[in-house]
Amino acid sequence: MEKTLRRVLVGNYSDLPERLGKTVVIDDLEVAVFKLSSGKVKAIENKCPHKGGVLADGMVSGEHVFCPMHDWKISVVDGEVQAPDEGCVQTFKTEVTDDQVYLLIKE
Amino acid sequence: MPKQKLILIGNGMAGIRAIEEILKLKPNDFDITVFGSEPYPNYNRIQLSKVLQGDTDVSDITLNEWQWYEDNNIRLYPGETVMKIDKQKQIVYTDKDREEAYDQLIIATGSNPFMLPLPGADKEGVTAFRDIKDCEKMIDYSKKHKRAAVIGGGLLGLEAARGLLNLGMDVDVIHLSDFLMERQLDRAAGELLQKELEAQGMNFLLEKQTAEITGKKHVTGLKFNDGGKIAADLVVMAVGIKPNIALAKENGIEVNRGIVVNDFMETDVPNIYAVGECAEHRQMVYGLVAPLYEQGQALAKRICGVDAEQGYQGSVLSTQLKVSGVDVFSTGKINEDKSSKAIKVFDEWRGTYKKLIVDEGKLAGAVLFGDTKDGNRLLSFIKKGANVEEYLDAGQSEESGVDLVAGMPDDEIICGCNGVSKGTIVDAIKNDSLTTVEQVKGCTNASRSCGTCKSLVSDLLEYTLGDDYADNQEESICGCTTLTKDEVIAEIKDKGLTHTREVMNVLGWKTEEGCSKCKPALNYYMGMLNPIEYEDEKESRFVNERMHANIQKDGTYSVVPRMYGGVTNSKDLRKIADVADKYEVGMIKLTGGQRIDLLGIQKQDLPSIWADLDMPSGSAYAKGLRTVKTCVGANFCRFGTQDSVGMGIDLEKKFEGLNTPHKIKMSVSACPRNCAEGGVKDVGVIGLDGVWEIHVAGNGGTHLRKADLLCKVKTSEELMEIVGAYLQYYRETANYLERTSAWVERVGIDHVKEVVVDDKKKRDELNERMDLALSAVQEPWGEAIKNETLLKELYEKVNVPTASK
Repeated sequence: MEKTLRRVLVGNYSDLPERLGKTVVIDDLEVAVFKLSSGKVKAIENKCPHKGGVLADGMVSGEHVFCPMHDWKISVVDGEVQAPDEGCVQTFKTEVTDDQVYLLIKE
Repeated sequence: MPKQKLILIGNGMAGIRAIEEILKLKPNDFDITVFGSEPYPNYNRIQLSKVLQGDTDVSDITLNEWQWYEDNNIRLYPGETVMKIDKQKQIVYTDKDREEAYDQLIIATGSNPFMLPLPGADKEGVTAFRDIKDCEKMIDYSKKHKRAAVIGGGLLGLEAARGLLNLGMDVDVIHLSDFLMERQLDRAAGELLQKELEAQGMNFLLEKQTAEITGKKHVTGLKFNDGGKIAADLVVMAVGIKPNIALAKENGIEVNRGIVVNDFMETDVPNIYAVGECAEHRQMVYGLVAPLYEQGQALAKRICGVDAEQGYQGSVLSTQLKVSGVDVFSTGKINEDKSSKAIKVFDEWRGTYKKLIVDEGKLAGAVLFGDTKDGNRLLSFIKKGANVEEYLDAGQSEESGVDLVAGMPDDEIICGCNGVSKGTIVDAIKNDSLTTVEQVKGCTNASRSCGTCKSLVSDLLEYTLGDDYADNQEESICGCTTLTKDEVIAEIKDKGLTHTREVMNVLGWKTEEGCSKCKPALNYYMGMLNPIEYEDEKESRFVNERMHANIQKDGTYSVVPRMYGGVTNSKDLRKIADVADKYEVGMIKLTGGQRIDLLGIQKQDLPSIWADLDMPSGSAYAKGLRTVKTCVGANFCRFGTQDSVGMGIDLEKKFEGLNTPHKIKMSVSACPRNCAEGGVKDVGVIGLDGVWEIHVAGNGGTHLRKADLLCKVKTSEELMEIVGAYLQYYRETANYLERTSAWVERVGIDHVKEVVVDDKKKRDELNERMDLALSAVQEPWGEAIKNETLLKELYEKVNVPTASK
């Protein structure tokens, strides 16, 4: 099956709060978009593999987010759950051009 | 040398544990294949009751993920059952027509639940409680049905019954004996347990024998031998287990009750071993978890041909009931006989009971109820056959714990839930430079499940690190730093640090931006030190405090408006009702703190709800003052001696919005009946004729604690002064997330009295700082709805329109 990338506009880069998550709803999919203190924008599925906690509302430290439900630590870069817990969330590519933030979603 | 072919039949805790032990000893010598009848990777069966009780998920109890099998090159055939073993050719045959040759074969087929052969036992709605499937069936039933009957008042039956209660069912427990858990407890403990469980809502039918399960296709009830009957939609049989020996028996391997093995877990057939609940060793078949770890070790050593001269020597068992709110422990001999004597301590007031059995001067068994902290220690003393004096004397000395762990062999299991041995923990402490129980937990999983072995882990740290650990007793804030709270506070003051990230940079944090432990802690300490200038960092707040609402399991929120002293009026109630209708609130619930909770609210609706309510936030999410619960008081109550409602409202208005290390709950009652339950509050005020009593550091939550009397005062001004100074002293000296109960236990009530009550000068200074902190308090909901940036950053979602194709 052919897969195409859909480019989704999230909003202005300058409007994204630093070290906080933003929930982006695309049909049935929820994505948590984070602007890190390094200025990078990262996006992962807004659903903790543990009990489905909304990661966009978690606490952001460096390149990790702590799930607000039971404090699982998850990398916003590669989606890996940190030890001693285990698991992985889906990651999404992001693009920033002219203060516009885009998500690239596989269709 | 070519690898030996090793086959394991049974993908459960015992077999996989043995494989893990083998991999530890000889990681590259075996080509391993595992057959398991259940369609899951290895999971922690003893935690099933926690799944049923809703404390955890099936996904959480998995011990070895699929990945583990891959990483270790183990071929796993889940959902595939071995039907036949050819002992001569050394080949096994499965129900999917697979043939697999072996050099070594381990049988770990576990047990089957024992199903009473009652008339009607085959009806729909009858289940055992053994595996994930049973668990899911019960959860499923609880959604459609109301009445459950559990046959069997032993360990498993009671855990099942507690789970069914949690699932909202009415539960009858039917038991043959005249007291509960008679195989693990004596009568006194069994009766205490019954009382406690009855208080939790279980109903017991003792000395009852079930004669028949009634109903047509589906269960409708039970009939007993004495002619009595009850109605039931679900019947759980939890009368015991029997070793699953069918495969071994059919293939001519010697069996008795279990598959007979020697000290090396070898059966009578060469190259075939048995381990776990299916194995019988020296006439003993074990149905608990601890022996299986020891057996796995013995088996692994034998198969790998290392240091196996001694083998498995049998196990001393201990039992713990996994029911929240009930602490029961037993080990060894539980009933005294002609040759033995008992030491019994029964504290009716605290509801604790302890019995030690002494056999010819040696500790032979113990039963504990209510307080089971001593369980692990007792077990260890019994295992090494200690004289009773040794235990009694050790109780007095502080080093006893360390001496105890020092004497344990390296392969002794410390954490029974996760099978972590002393050796593993000590190695982790040494190799990964661990210094705290938390770190050991993170690294090895020891103490992660039920937590009863925490004290042993702490002892092991002290034993391994010596004085370094004693020095380290004052724990660092988190793993990101070695500094303690007091050191960090001193540095913040000294260097005039103003942001959490500055603190982390200047004080050499190991992580760039801290973690979920230190970030909110630093944010609190800095706000406490500098209430006027410090700018609160919403990024360093837990979700609830950042959003000013309580997050729920599905990501919706709940809203609790303030109702000073638990008093409301028709206008506020109308507003709440209107909001509930307008926003289609999922549930309207009265809280324990005399307020109203609106649940199931979408994040983006929060600001408009607050605007519509036009009431102050109830801070139900805050590390701060939650509520002041009050009784009706002298204005209406015929017993009331003081205006408790008025006093409660004054306290709440004064201290609302204050940041504290953890939440604060208060209450005011107007007479000694204490209807507002001041005995379990952080501050519990009791009005008597002309006098207010101030009780502090009570707790009604996880760590139940009765409040201490701080002092008595005559006027409301004095009362405000004492409470103000007390709270400020707590704010300044407690660790972040330390409740007043734990704080007072740590610093001592007498010390608090000296500072807050006896020393007028200190009290005044504390109150000055308190007033300063209070002057900076702002009402969060009102703030949020005025602040466009905040609304956009925190509460708005981005909704992407559906793609047009």
